[in-house]
Amino acid sequence: MDPRNFTFMFYGFLAAWLIVLLYVISLARRGARLKKELEDVRQLVSSAQSGEAARLEDRVR
Amino acid sequence: MREKIAIGLAIAAAGLLAYDLYQIFLVLPDEAMQGAIYRIIFFHVPAAITGMIGYFVALTLSVLYLSSGKLRWDSLAASVVEVSVIFSVVNIVTGSIWARVIWGIWWTWDYRLTSALVCVLIFSGYLMMRRAIDEPTQRARLSSALCIFGCVDVVIVWKSIEWFRNNHPGPVLSIRTGGGTIDPAMERMIYFNLIALLLMAAALVLVRTRQEATAREIDSLRRLANAA
Repeated sequence: MDPRNFTFMFYGFLAAWLIVLLYVISLARRGARLKKELEDVRQLVSSAQSGEAARLEDRVR
Repeated sequence: MREKIAIGLAIAAAGLLAYDLYQIFLVLPDEAMQGAIYRIIFFHVPAAITGMIGYFVALTLSVLYLSSGKLRWDSLAASVVEVSVIFSVVNIVTGSIWARVIWGIWWTWDYRLTSALVCVLIFSGYLMMRRAIDEPTQRARLSSALCIFGCVDVVIVWKSIEWFRNNHPGPVLSIRTGGGTIDPAMERMIYFNLIALLLMAAALVLVRTRQEATAREIDSLRRLANAA
């Protein structure tokens, strides 16, 4: 039996799992980034809305 | 709920993969002509089929978007395409490693390999194009068109081993050949691994779809903030 067979079989399985693993890691990182971005934008919206409400109150006065 | 389903699918995939790896390495014998390297087929073929199924699912979702105009079909199609590209890359890389041992070369420009590479390039282009277009409706419309175009190549990839003379081996699964080209125990393991990879792909698509929904929410909140 050619020992290269085993070595290349190992490379094949390693490559397959490595590609999937890297994708899962990138997915997890992207998820964390989106979660943070969502919180930031929500804060931005609430501050923008409170600013708008304050301006309206000023106009009414 | 969606996260629980994704976790359930991932656990089922992991359990099945553990069983499959045990069978592949410790139960099934070496192949008479190829030795141990033939075991790559247990990931190479299921990864290819998973990718192709994904592209056809994305095609259906793209058509659904074009007929209904609902952006959630487009988001789902994008998620499915992204996961399918990953499995197509696994298919090409494992195939290339197998070819290095069996053919003595990493790559040859035969119909099967070239069309598979073109398929990955088309759908990578699809994902890149989505990043380049900000307007959601325009992005969805162009992406759907490109997805439909890309699926023509998927059919060529699928049928190329029947249509053309290739270095790539011909069909081996008995569903295509009528039987007699592969040992039933080995074929069964290909199907088991296909189920495992499909479960894994479904879990990844669910996670990715959740991210697409979050991105849409961020987009609409940004518009709201700008309007305010």
